Amino acid sequence: MEIKKKTPKIKSIPYEEFQDNETLENMVKELNAGGANIVLGALDDVVNWGRSNSLWPLTFATSCCGIEFMALGAARYDMARFGFEVARSSPRQADMIMVCGTITNKMAPVLKRLYDQMADPKYVVAVGGCAVSGGPFKKSFHVVNGVDKIIPVDVYIPGCPPRPESFFYGMMQLQRKVKIEKFFGGRNKKEKREEIPTTFETEENKK
Amino acid sequence: MEEIQVIEPVALHGEMLKLRKEKQMDYLVSLVGMDWGDEGGLGVVYLLRSTLTGENVSIKTATKDRVAPELPTVSDIWKIADFYEREVFDFYGIVFINHPDMRRLYLRNDWVGYPFRKDDDPEKENPLNMTNESTDDTTPEIEFNPDGTIKKQENVIFDDREYVVNIGPQHPSTHGVMRFRVSLEGETIKKIDPLCGYIFRAIEKMDESLTYPQTLALVDRMDYLSAHQNRHALCMCIEKAMGVEVSPRVQYIRTIMDELQRIDSHLLFYACLAMDLGGLTPFFYGFRDREKILDIFEETCGGRLIMNYNTIGGVQADIHPNFVKRVKEFIPYLRGVIHEYHDIFTNNVIVRERLVGVGLLSREDAISYGCTGGTGRASGWACDVRKRMPYGLYDKVDFKEIVYKEGDSFARYMVRMDEIMESMKIIEQLIDNIPEGPYQTKMKPIIRVPEGTYSAFVESSRGEFGVFLESHGDKTPYRLHYRSTGLPLVAAIDTICRDTKIADLIAINGSIDYVVPDIDR
Repeated sequence: MEIKKKTPKIKSIPYEEFQDNETLENMVKELNAGGANIVLGALDDVVNWGRSNSLWPLTFATSCCGIEFMALGAARYDMARFGFEVARSSPRQADMIMVCGTITNKMAPVLKRLYDQMADPKYVVAVGGCAVSGGPFKKSFHVVNGVDKIIPVDVYIPGCPPRPESFFYGMMQLQRKVKIEKFFGGRNKKEKREEIPTTFETEENKK
Repeated sequence: MEEIQVIEPVALHGEMLKLRKEKQMDYLVSLVGMDWGDEGGLGVVYLLRSTLTGENVSIKTATKDRVAPELPTVSDIWKIADFYEREVFDFYGIVFINHPDMRRLYLRNDWVGYPFRKDDDPEKENPLNMTNESTDDTTPEIEFNPDGTIKKQENVIFDDREYVVNIGPQHPSTHGVMRFRVSLEGETIKKIDPLCGYIFRAIEKMDESLTYPQTLALVDRMDYLSAHQNRHALCMCIEKAMGVEVSPRVQYIRTIMDELQRIDSHLLFYACLAMDLGGLTPFFYGFRDREKILDIFEETCGGRLIMNYNTIGGVQADIHPNFVKRVKEFIPYLRGVIHEYHDIFTNNVIVRERLVGVGLLSREDAISYGCTGGTGRASGWACDVRKRMPYGLYDKVDFKEIVYKEGDSFARYMVRMDEIMESMKIIEQLIDNIPEGPYQTKMKPIIRVPEGTYSAFVESSRGEFGVFLESHGDKTPYRLHYRSTGLPLVAAIDTICRDTKIADLIAINGSIDYVVPDIDR
């Protein structure tokens, strides 16, 4: 196979956006400018500070990206620096689900059930090409083209698999998202999205 | 590839039994379902090998009936045929007469149609189904009556009185989305029913509509811890088919990369096994040294986990100027720290209690199930493809094939730890002598493989990985089948775990070291 020496233009995320922390911070200011209660607003800040720095991920990995997730937990990348280190094996104890890997048609109801079992407030991070859009398996008849077809996604991390640095960028974006939430003052509670019903195949349903 | 014998379905079982008994064909390498259209019908290609003589035999059989295709089973001759035939039934709808367990292996129970048939349109009939799948406790079996008519019968996997525990698909110790149903009596395992398919991406079906260079991309993503070796196998198969000779430089680079990948995979195995048993420090040790290998990969290939490095006729890019230097730094470093691994884990009392004498797999079972790689060699079966059928530069380097006799979890662990040392030995012999030359043979822009069937085998990190290619002269393969290294291991888990404790299932799972996306493909 001959490789053409013409350097192709690589489509990539605009690099400026990686350094752009201000947009979200401005957004917080704008939201608060609407007259948040001083006491409740301050309480919100405290709660969000705590929550965003102790997001517990669910250990959920179907394929390659899971190995990079493990690398994240090991010493070189060390996600404990950001408060992600408490990976839980039970969805009941986890704050966020990192969908690491391809979701197939057979896995889709299982993933939905895992998501339903998590306690609110919960977040979803789609990691890797497969979870974002189907990735290299987009044309397969047994692959869900993006987990956002099944569950609402908060942050997308592209890559095949994403580098640990991209993991961090994505997870820090999630932290920012958590930081602008309001529980007490204001009105931007995490919006309710349309639920996709899952029916259990019980005796009653069959009738 | 050698000639494929054709045997009619009626005579198949008898002929197979004769091969097994008289020619000692005790290892069923692969069983490939095929759809040859209306003329050839639906059929199966069997690849057999003798562990005594190393002789290979390939046999094919086919039936013209597309409505209710039936073939005799060989699952009573080779134990692994049980799973392989279920796979073929799942994809092609061929019913194997006298097979005790004709359930689908990968797809949902309520799946409509047989997706690998050329005339099937799986997407139309099977939209995304969000209902939870119900699992059957009985399996259908089809038998012949003495007068030639067919009798349907139900076999019970788990009856109502059994206490069945479900493990997976979301469970940290199944190393991915594997599911086991375990029947218990107290704490003792009576039976395990593995359910696969939660990461079945139909790679083999996708390959049929991709050009050859495109198929390469998907091989890396099956067993991502043997990405280099898997891709090496497919490239080798296509090169063999086209009569392309790669330069000695490419041979050196490929062999070194394969061995680095093997060390990488075994370090991860060590880390995961330790974590499964509850030890976190070994996990950090394993990953600390693994990152150093990934750095080497990254410099040359650009990727950390999925490298996309081998291409048809060569490799993607020449090795980085730092490559030799960094590899030569890494090997003395790993030799210097490997004693830490043994100090903290191998000689630990708890580890020995958990692993020694647990999860026995006999040599006969290992061969009958086709458990290659570290698992097979821990049971005393010398099955290393690098020694049996040398490829790359393995016939020129000096290394020892690690074989243990015990067949327990500890032997499986030790095989891998010793293999790290052997891999380092291989790299040391090669790294100083990489010859000059092109890193890529010039190929035509559109690659067409001449008509015929081809196969290639390599020793991946966890066993014998094989590629079976049938080409009809197009720029896309007619059928591309991969021999999974993990499926035999999962098939054997019922045998390995019988009458052990449920807690040992986790340790055994860790020690047999499978990668689920490789099982499901």
